[in-house]
Amino acid sequence: MSAHFKKKSSGTKQEIPTASMPDIIFMLLIFFMVTTVLRETELLVNISVPQAEAVEKIDQKRLIQYVYLGPEKLESGEGDPAVQIDDAIVRELPNIRQFMYSRLREEPRTIISMRVDRDVETGLLYDVQQEFREAEALRVNYSTNREAD
Amino acid sequence: MPLLKPRKKRDAEIPSAAMADIAFLLLIFFLVTTTINADKGIYMQLPPKLDENNPPPEINQRNLLNVLVAADGQVLVDNEVIQIAQIRDVVKRHITNNGREPQFSVSPDKAVVSFKTKRGLSYDNYIGVLDEIKSAYNELRDEYAQSEYGMTYGEYRVRLPEQEEGGPEVVDEVAERYPLKISLAEPDND
Repeated sequence: MSAHFKKKSSGTKQEIPTASMPDIIFMLLIFFMVTTVLRETELLVNISVPQAEAVEKIDQKRLIQYVYLGPEKLESGEGDPAVQIDDAIVRELPNIRQFMYSRLREEPRTIISMRVDRDVETGLLYDVQQEFREAEALRVNYSTNREAD
Repeated sequence: MPLLKPRKKRDAEIPSAAMADIAFLLLIFFLVTTTINADKGIYMQLPPKLDENNPPPEINQRNLLNVLVAADGQVLVDNEVIQIAQIRDVVKRHITNNGREPQFSVSPDKAVVSFKTKRGLSYDNYIGVLDEIKSAYNELRDEYAQSEYGMTYGEYRVRLPEQEEGGPEVVDEVAERYPLKISLAEPDND
Protein backbone atom coordinates (compact mmCIF):
# COMPACT_ATOMS: atom_id res chain seq x y z
CA MET A 1 0.00 0.00 0.00
CA SER A 2 2.74 2.37 0.85
CA ALA A 3 4.22 1.87 -2.57
CA HIS A 4 1.10 3.27 -4.04
CA PHE A 5 1.70 6.70 -2.54
CA LYS A 6 5.34 6.94 -3.43
CA LYS A 7 6.19 10.17 -5.08
CA LYS A 8 6.76 9.72 -8.73
CA SER A 9 10.10 10.94 -9.85
CA SER A 10 10.57 11.77 -13.47
CA GLY A 11 14.20 10.85 -13.31
CA THR A 12 15.31 13.85 -15.36
CA LYS A 13 17.79 16.40 -14.13
CA GLN A 14 16.26 19.46 -12.49
CA GLU A 15 18.87 21.96 -13.65
CA ILE A 16 18.43 24.81 -16.06
CA PRO A 17 21.16 24.64 -18.65
CA THR A 18 23.39 27.66 -18.20
CA ALA A 19 25.87 27.01 -20.95
CA SER A 20 24.30 29.56 -23.27
CA MET A 21 24.01 32.24 -20.62
CA PRO A 22 27.26 33.99 -21.58
CA ASP A 23 26.03 34.13 -25.16
CA ILE A 24 22.82 35.82 -24.13
CA ILE A 25 24.69 38.25 -21.94
CA PHE A 26 27.11 39.00 -24.73
CA MET A 27 24.26 39.74 -27.08
CA LEU A 28 22.82 42.24 -24.62
CA LEU A 29 26.27 43.63 -24.02
CA ILE A 30 26.90 44.20 -27.69
CA PHE A 31 23.53 45.89 -28.08
CA PHE A 32 24.28 48.36 -25.32
CA MET A 33 27.81 48.93 -26.52
CA VAL A 34 26.52 49.86 -29.94
CA THR A 35 23.80 52.17 -28.68
CA THR A 36 25.90 53.92 -26.07
CA VAL A 37 27.23 57.36 -26.69
CA LEU A 38 29.72 57.65 -23.94
CA ARG A 39 30.45 61.24 -23.25
CA GLU A 40 27.86 63.80 -22.41
CA THR A 41 29.47 67.19 -22.57
CA GLU A 42 29.68 69.26 -19.48
CA LEU A 43 27.49 72.31 -19.90
CA LEU A 44 29.14 75.66 -19.40
CA VAL A 45 25.93 77.55 -20.07
CA ASN A 46 22.53 77.39 -18.43
CA ILE A 47 19.88 75.94 -20.68
CA SER A 48 16.21 75.37 -20.29
CA VAL A 49 14.77 74.52 -23.70
CA PRO A 50 11.24 75.65 -24.60
CA GLN A 51 8.33 73.33 -25.18
CA ALA A 52 6.72 72.65 -28.51
CA GLU A 53 4.08 70.42 -29.98
CA ALA A 54 5.16 69.69 -33.54
CA VAL A 55 8.35 67.86 -32.63
CA GLU A 56 10.17 65.17 -34.55
CA LYS A 57 12.58 62.62 -33.25
CA ILE A 58 16.08 62.41 -34.60
CA ASP A 59 17.25 58.87 -34.23
CA GLN A 60 20.63 59.10 -35.91
CA LYS A 61 22.42 60.25 -32.83
CA ARG A 62 25.79 60.06 -34.50
CA LEU A 63 24.91 62.73 -37.04
CA ILE A 64 24.05 65.27 -34.40
CA GLN A 65 26.35 68.13 -33.55
CA TYR A 66 25.10 69.97 -30.51
CA VAL A 67 25.38 73.72 -30.21
CA TYR A 68 24.40 75.29 -26.91
CA LEU A 69 23.22 78.85 -26.45
CA GLY A 70 22.50 80.24 -23.04
CA PRO A 71 23.65 82.50 -20.25
CA GLU A 72 27.15 81.54 -19.21
CA LYS A 73 27.61 79.87 -15.85
CA LEU A 74 29.83 82.02 -13.70
CA GLU A 75 30.81 81.71 -10.09
CA SER A 76 28.96 84.91 -9.38
CA GLY A 77 25.81 83.69 -11.11
CA GLU A 78 24.70 84.00 -14.69
CA GLY A 79 26.69 85.92 -17.25
CA ASP A 80 25.90 87.08 -20.76
CA PRO A 81 24.52 84.66 -23.33
CA ALA A 82 27.29 82.57 -24.84
CA VAL A 83 27.72 79.86 -27.45
CA GLN A 84 29.13 76.50 -26.49
CA ILE A 85 30.23 73.85 -28.97
CA ASP A 86 31.52 70.55 -27.60
CA ASP A 87 33.50 71.40 -24.50
CA ALA A 88 34.33 75.01 -25.00
CA ILE A 89 32.67 78.37 -25.18
CA VAL A 90 33.12 80.08 -28.52
CA ARG A 91 34.20 83.65 -27.94
CA GLU A 92 34.59 84.66 -31.56
CA LEU A 93 31.54 83.76 -33.63
CA PRO A 94 33.44 83.50 -36.95
CA ASN A 95 35.24 80.46 -35.49
CA ILE A 96 31.96 78.58 -35.74
CA ARG A 97 32.21 78.73 -39.50
CA GLN A 98 35.55 76.96 -39.58
CA PHE A 99 34.40 74.36 -37.07
CA MET A 100 31.19 73.54 -38.93
CA TYR A 101 33.03 73.44 -42.22
CA SER A 102 35.43 70.77 -41.00
CA ARG A 103 32.64 68.90 -39.28
CA LEU A 104 30.71 68.78 -42.56
CA ARG A 105 33.78 67.54 -44.36
CA GLU A 106 33.84 64.55 -42.01
CA GLU A 107 30.11 63.90 -42.08
CA PRO A 108 28.12 65.67 -44.80
CA ARG A 109 24.80 64.61 -43.29
CA THR A 110 25.45 66.41 -40.02
CA ILE A 111 22.42 67.82 -38.28
CA ILE A 112 23.06 70.71 -35.95
CA SER A 113 20.92 70.45 -32.87
CA MET A 114 20.46 73.82 -31.23
CA ARG A 115 19.86 73.68 -27.53
CA VAL A 116 18.92 77.23 -26.75
CA ASP A 117 17.76 78.72 -23.51
CA ARG A 118 14.26 80.10 -23.73
CA ASP A 119 15.28 83.60 -22.67
CA VAL A 120 18.02 84.07 -25.23
CA GLU A 121 17.25 86.78 -27.76
CA THR A 122 16.88 85.60 -31.33
CA GLY A 123 19.47 88.17 -32.43
CA LEU A 124 22.25 85.93 -31.15
CA LEU A 125 20.57 82.93 -32.72
CA TYR A 126 20.57 84.70 -36.08
CA ASP A 127 24.24 85.59 -35.78
CA VAL A 128 25.08 81.95 -35.10
CA GLN A 129 22.87 80.76 -37.92
CA GLN A 130 24.55 83.14 -40.34
CA GLU A 131 27.80 81.37 -39.52
CA PHE A 132 26.17 78.01 -40.21
CA ARG A 133 25.00 79.31 -43.55
CA GLU A 134 28.48 80.48 -44.41
CA ALA A 135 29.70 76.95 -43.73
CA GLU A 136 26.70 75.58 -45.62
CA ALA A 137 25.58 73.62 -42.60
CA LEU A 138 21.90 74.02 -43.25
CA ARG A 139 20.28 71.13 -41.44
CA VAL A 140 19.21 72.51 -38.10
CA ASN A 141 17.10 71.12 -35.32
CA TYR A 142 15.68 73.35 -32.60
CA SER A 143 15.76 71.04 -29.63
CA THR A 144 12.60 71.26 -27.55
CA ASN A 145 10.71 69.30 -24.97
CA ARG A 146 7.36 67.91 -25.91
CA GLU A 147 4.48 69.83 -24.44
CA ALA A 148 3.03 67.99 -21.49
CA ASP A 149 -0.59 67.36 -22.32
CA MET B 1 63.43 2.25 -16.78
CA PRO B 2 61.94 4.61 -19.27
CA LEU B 3 63.98 7.64 -20.15
CA LEU B 4 61.07 9.86 -20.63
CA LYS B 5 58.63 10.28 -17.88
CA PRO B 6 55.14 10.08 -19.11
CA ARG B 7 53.90 13.61 -19.33
CA LYS B 8 51.43 14.70 -16.79
CA LYS B 9 48.14 15.19 -18.47
CA ARG B 10 47.17 18.82 -18.16
CA ASP B 11 43.78 20.25 -18.54
CA ALA B 12 43.99 22.35 -21.70
CA GLU B 13 40.70 24.17 -21.33
CA ILE B 14 40.29 27.81 -20.41
CA PRO B 15 38.01 28.03 -17.43
CA SER B 16 34.92 29.72 -18.72
CA ALA B 17 32.83 29.87 -15.60
CA ALA B 18 33.88 33.45 -14.91
CA MET B 19 33.11 34.61 -18.41
CA ALA B 20 29.47 35.24 -17.61
CA ASP B 21 30.50 37.37 -14.64
CA ILE B 22 32.83 39.47 -16.73
CA ALA B 23 30.16 39.92 -19.35
CA PHE B 24 27.68 40.87 -16.68
CA LEU B 25 29.98 43.53 -15.32
CA LEU B 26 30.47 45.04 -18.76
CA LEU B 27 26.75 44.81 -19.40
CA ILE B 28 25.93 46.67 -16.23
CA PHE B 29 28.46 49.37 -17.08
CA PHE B 30 26.92 49.98 -20.49
CA LEU B 31 23.40 49.77 -19.11
CA VAL B 32 24.20 52.54 -16.70
CA THR B 33 25.97 54.80 -19.19
CA THR B 34 23.46 54.40 -22.03
CA THR B 35 21.03 57.18 -22.76
CA ILE B 36 18.40 55.85 -25.10
CA ASN B 37 16.32 58.97 -25.45
CA ALA B 38 16.78 60.46 -28.88
CA ASP B 39 16.88 64.16 -29.43
CA LYS B 40 13.52 65.75 -30.14
CA GLY B 41 12.87 69.06 -31.73
CA ILE B 42 11.69 71.15 -34.63
CA TYR B 43 13.66 70.36 -37.74
CA MET B 44 14.37 73.23 -40.09
CA GLN B 45 16.37 73.73 -43.21
CA LEU B 46 18.27 77.02 -43.21
CA PRO B 47 18.26 78.96 -46.45
CA PRO B 48 21.52 78.71 -48.38
CA LYS B 49 23.83 81.66 -48.10
CA LEU B 50 23.18 84.59 -50.34
CA ASP B 51 24.91 84.41 -53.65
CA GLU B 52 25.08 87.64 -55.62
CA ASN B 53 25.23 85.86 -58.95
CA ASN B 54 22.31 83.62 -58.07
CA PRO B 55 19.60 85.66 -56.40
CA PRO B 56 16.80 83.61 -54.82
CA PRO B 57 13.80 83.14 -57.12
CA GLU B 58 11.12 85.76 -56.96
CA ILE B 59 7.96 84.49 -55.34
CA ASN B 60 4.58 85.79 -56.28
CA GLN B 61 3.40 87.99 -53.40
CA ARG B 62 0.18 86.09 -53.39
CA ASN B 63 1.85 82.77 -52.57
CA LEU B 64 3.88 84.27 -49.79
CA LEU B 65 2.51 84.52 -46.27
CA ASN B 66 4.62 86.93 -44.30
CA VAL B 67 4.78 86.15 -40.62
CA LEU B 68 6.58 88.89 -38.76
CA VAL B 69 7.09 88.80 -35.02
CA ALA B 70 7.95 91.96 -33.11
CA ALA B 71 10.33 92.00 -30.16
CA ASP B 72 7.45 91.97 -27.68
CA GLY B 73 5.94 88.86 -29.24
CA GLN B 74 3.24 90.59 -31.26
CA VAL B 75 2.53 88.74 -34.50
CA LEU B 76 1.87 90.38 -37.83
CA VAL B 77 0.61 88.15 -40.63
CA ASP B 78 0.48 89.98 -43.96
CA ASN B 79 0.53 93.23 -41.98
CA GLU B 80 -2.40 92.32 -39.75
CA VAL B 81 -2.01 91.85 -36.03
CA ILE B 82 -3.24 88.45 -34.88
CA GLN B 83 -2.97 86.25 -31.82
CA ILE B 84 -0.43 83.43 -31.67
CA ALA B 85 -3.26 80.88 -31.42
CA GLN B 86 -4.73 82.13 -34.71
CA ILE B 87 -1.55 81.58 -36.72
CA ARG B 88 -2.30 77.91 -37.28
CA ASP B 89 -5.66 78.60 -38.91
CA VAL B 90 -4.34 81.40 -41.08
CA VAL B 91 -1.45 79.25 -42.30
CA LYS B 92 -3.81 76.38 -43.06
CA ARG B 93 -6.12 78.69 -44.97
CA HIS B 94 -3.17 80.05 -46.87
CA ILE B 95 -1.93 76.61 -47.91
CA THR B 96 -5.28 75.09 -48.80
CA ASN B 97 -6.61 78.17 -50.53
CA ASN B 98 -6.21 76.79 -54.07
CA GLY B 99 -6.78 80.20 -55.59
CA ARG B 100 -10.11 81.01 -53.97
CA GLU B 101 -9.21 84.09 -51.97
CA PRO B 102 -7.01 86.64 -53.71
CA GLN B 103 -4.67 87.30 -50.77
CA PHE B 104 -3.78 83.63 -50.21
CA SER B 105 -1.89 81.08 -52.26
CA VAL B 106 -2.67 79.55 -55.64
CA SER B 107 -1.92 75.95 -54.69
CA PRO B 108 -0.39 74.03 -51.76
CA ASP B 109 2.85 73.29 -53.59
CA LYS B 110 3.39 76.97 -54.36
CA ALA B 111 2.49 78.29 -50.91
CA VAL B 112 5.43 79.62 -48.92
CA VAL B 113 5.41 80.82 -45.35
CA SER B 114 8.05 83.41 -44.64
CA PHE B 115 9.05 83.67 -41.02
CA LYS B 116 10.84 86.68 -39.70
CA THR B 117 11.39 88.05 -36.22
CA LYS B 118 12.99 91.08 -34.67
CA ARG B 119 16.30 90.46 -32.98
CA GLY B 120 14.98 91.29 -29.52
CA LEU B 121 12.40 88.48 -29.50
CA SER B 122 12.96 85.78 -26.91
CA TYR B 123 13.69 82.27 -28.12
CA ASP B 124 10.65 80.95 -26.28
CA ASN B 125 8.33 83.08 -28.44
CA TYR B 126 10.35 82.26 -31.54
CA ILE B 127 9.75 78.55 -31.01
CA GLY B 128 6.13 79.22 -30.07
CA VAL B 129 5.38 80.82 -33.44
CA LEU B 130 7.46 78.34 -35.41
CA ASP B 131 5.68 75.52 -33.65
CA GLU B 132 2.31 76.89 -34.75
CA ILE B 133 3.40 77.10 -38.38
CA LYS B 134 4.85 73.61 -38.27
CA SER B 135 1.71 72.29 -36.57
CA ALA B 136 -0.42 73.72 -39.38
CA TYR B 137 1.56 71.68 -41.89
CA ASN B 138 1.44 68.59 -39.69
CA GLU B 139 -2.31 68.82 -39.33
CA LEU B 140 -2.82 69.21 -43.06
CA ARG B 141 -0.60 66.23 -43.73
CA ASP B 142 -2.40 64.18 -41.12
CA GLU B 143 -5.77 65.04 -42.61
CA TYR B 144 -4.62 64.15 -46.09
CA ALA B 145 -3.04 60.86 -44.99
CA GLN B 146 -6.19 60.05 -43.06
CA SER B 147 -8.47 60.62 -46.03
CA GLU B 148 -6.22 58.91 -48.60
CA TYR B 149 -4.74 56.04 -46.63
CA GLY B 150 -6.80 55.89 -43.45
CA MET B 151 -3.87 56.47 -41.14
CA THR B 152 -1.95 59.36 -39.62
CA TYR B 153 1.03 60.80 -41.41
CA GLY B 154 3.35 59.27 -38.83
CA GLU B 155 2.01 55.79 -39.52
CA TYR B 156 2.25 56.42 -43.25
CA ARG B 157 5.87 57.48 -42.90
CA VAL B 158 6.73 54.32 -41.02
CA ARG B 159 5.28 52.17 -43.78
CA LEU B 160 7.27 53.86 -46.50
CA PRO B 161 10.09 51.62 -47.70
CA GLU B 162 13.57 52.81 -46.98
CA GLN B 163 15.39 54.75 -49.66
CA GLU B 164 18.14 52.59 -51.11
CA GLU B 165 21.13 54.06 -52.78
CA GLY B 166 20.67 53.94 -56.52
CA GLY B 167 17.31 52.24 -56.08
CA PRO B 168 13.99 53.60 -57.25
CA GLU B 169 13.05 56.79 -55.51
CA VAL B 170 10.63 56.43 -52.64
CA VAL B 171 7.84 58.95 -53.06
CA ASP B 172 6.19 60.35 -49.98
CA GLU B 173 2.83 61.25 -51.52
CA VAL B 174 1.66 63.20 -48.52
CA ALA B 175 4.74 65.37 -48.36
CA GLU B 176 4.44 65.87 -52.11
CA ARG B 177 0.92 67.13 -51.68
CA TYR B 178 1.82 69.54 -48.86
CA PRO B 179 5.51 70.33 -49.21
CA LEU B 180 6.98 72.06 -46.20
CA LYS B 181 7.99 75.50 -47.36
CA ILE B 182 8.90 77.61 -44.39
CA SER B 183 11.38 80.24 -45.34
CA LEU B 184 13.50 81.73 -42.60
CA ALA B 185 13.84 85.25 -43.90
CA GLU B 186 17.08 87.18 -44.00
CA PRO B 187 17.29 88.86 -40.58
CA ASP B 188 17.43 92.62 -40.25
CA ASN B 189 20.29 94.28 -38.49
CA ASP B 190 18.25 96.30 -36.04
